[in-house]
Amino acid sequence: MKLFTTTALALVLGLAAPALADIKVGATVSETGPASFLGDPEAKTLKLLVEEINAAGGVNGEKIELVLYDDGGDPNKARTFATRLVEDDEVIAVIGGTTTGTSMAIIPVLEDAEIPFISLAGAIEIIDPVRPHTFKTPHTDRMACAKIFEDMKANGYTKIGLISGSDGFGASMRKQCLEIVADYGIEVLADETYGPTDADMTPQLTNIKGKDGIQAVLNPGFGQGPAIVTRNYAQLAVGLPLYQSHGVASDGFIELAGAEAAEGVRLPGTALLVAGLLPESDPQRAVVTAYKDAYEKATGKPVSTFGGYAHDALRILVDAISRAGSAEPSAIRDAIEATSGLVGTTGTVTMSAEDHLGLDLSAFRMLEIENGGWKIVE
Amino acid sequence: MPELLQFLLSGITVGAVYALVALGFTIIYNASDVVNFAQGEFVMLGGMITVFSHAAGLPLPLAALIAIAATAAVGVALNKLAIEPARGAPVVSLIIITIGASIFIRGATQLVFDKQIHRFPAFSGDRPIAVGGATILPQSLWVIAGALAVFFGLWLFFTRTLTGRAVLATANNRIAAQLVGINTNYVMTLSFAMSAAIGALAGVLVTPITMTSYDVGLALALKGFAAAMLGGMGNPKGALAGGLLLGLLEAMTAGYVSSQYKDAAAFVVILAVLFAMPQGLFGRKSTDRV
Repeated sequence: MKLFTTTALALVLGLAAPALADIKVGATVSETGPASFLGDPEAKTLKLLVEEINAAGGVNGEKIELVLYDDGGDPNKARTFATRLVEDDEVIAVIGGTTTGTSMAIIPVLEDAEIPFISLAGAIEIIDPVRPHTFKTPHTDRMACAKIFEDMKANGYTKIGLISGSDGFGASMRKQCLEIVADYGIEVLADETYGPTDADMTPQLTNIKGKDGIQAVLNPGFGQGPAIVTRNYAQLAVGLPLYQSHGVASDGFIELAGAEAAEGVRLPGTALLVAGLLPESDPQRAVVTAYKDAYEKATGKPVSTFGGYAHDALRILVDAISRAGSAEPSAIRDAIEATSGLVGTTGTVTMSAEDHLGLDLSAFRMLEIENGGWKIVE
Repeated sequence: MPELLQFLLSGITVGAVYALVALGFTIIYNASDVVNFAQGEFVMLGGMITVFSHAAGLPLPLAALIAIAATAAVGVALNKLAIEPARGAPVVSLIIITIGASIFIRGATQLVFDKQIHRFPAFSGDRPIAVGGATILPQSLWVIAGALAVFFGLWLFFTRTLTGRAVLATANNRIAAQLVGINTNYVMTLSFAMSAAIGALAGVLVTPITMTSYDVGLALALKGFAAAMLGGMGNPKGALAGGLLLGLLEAMTAGYVSSQYKDAAAFVVILAVLFAMPQGLFGRKSTDRV
């Protein structure tokens, strides 16, 4: 019955939408709660960009109205808000799902209602298998693994040690990396883990250090764990190249790990992180510099990769609405799928019916920490 | 052999962190039989307030003192505003109140400060000290020294001072304590202030190693609580031994068995100990006279 109501409402909505004066865009992100350091910059970015777009005259002459909810990282709340966005607020598209958990809870509601949904979460499960109305902006963990393994291969490292966090991010990335590592002719000789709140990882690193033949070490992880690993790594003088993941690609990581301990650490990061280092010829330079300046001016806080995901989601949506020439969900859906060559902060997006992410490995830059700052190494 | 030494040093480092947190539980528990689940929040406040005072330009020792004083004030406020009005309520209700308080403090910290992870520089630099092929960071020595100092302080307090004995008397029988002239309200306020200050001191000492953010309190409190239970709740000796034992167990399992089973192995040992000795290793036997 509920399904029927939702579908019926969606139909009514589909017919009624063009008559509305404003284009209503829905969003549910985790502004508070455990994922708030992701959701907070996302919410700020959405508000900022909507203001900017409206000040510049809106899309197709209509203003955008943002209906923003804070789900606190709770999948149940995210689902409730998604239903409210569809049934009460009658939005034409939804951005959100800060975490994989909240995104997966939102997907069934919006697929039923046939409303386009652009997720801001990392997991590959969101777009694989492809669902007609679900898209996402952040690159997947698997792409980060691939980027790291490419760099290892180029440097001739074929035997590596793995030390991963046992939190959701670390465990998922470890799994993705192990799935594709053989394709690069790389062998994992040590596979250690640590808890997300552990204070010392020297036992695990001592074991990795003691294994013969290891040429490099990879640490998929999130939060303070990788910073502690990096500090312990320097403490034990392991002396092998250390790779971190995109999960800690921020200036905060260098600060936490300490510039001395972090020297020489490599990780895949986005163009946003190194906006000032991009060559003039880089297509992303203008986009990331504009976003970085606007965000830092409005909030007084440093820009983050996560806010960039929200930036890209809204840009993709606005681009689709203007190309579709209408604010009807089905037309917008088709237009999003036809997105081509849109330059965002995360990369250049070209979607297709089989690819609802639209990024390739060039979205990542291999970065190295040098004297407490970043250096592009490719 | 350097491996074993490194595992030992790691275990002692982590164990000293647990012990410091566990020691904070003892005073409030001794005064009121309440396990204060906001203890982890005191540790977090100690770290966070130091981070932000230091970032505001204060020298580190002054920032640490401010953090300890401010956290002690929060402890007093917790007692005055939440525990004292509920006096007479069963211990379980009081424990639930401390859980509520911990959620409140976490939320308030998130609003007053921020949601990022922070750390401040170690007191004596980051250059590892080599010990027979293994290494230890100078900050770990600070944490170990801090745990030992707090332990001796508490031991002296409970066995050598009148106030300390008044705390124990209050826990034993509040009415009898009042009858012999002990100001039990004062004892409760004092015990919250001291517990909070010890928690904050722990936060100040461990933050250069563990880092801090508004939500680290819960994980620290759980490990500290497990350590205190293992050693015997309410006994400073038990808190110290329990913390070090838990840290060593984790490090040895991670080193010799598998890092995947590190936490599980530690908790299996705790369960086994508690089955055999429900009061913990150094806990006092509770006997009720009928």
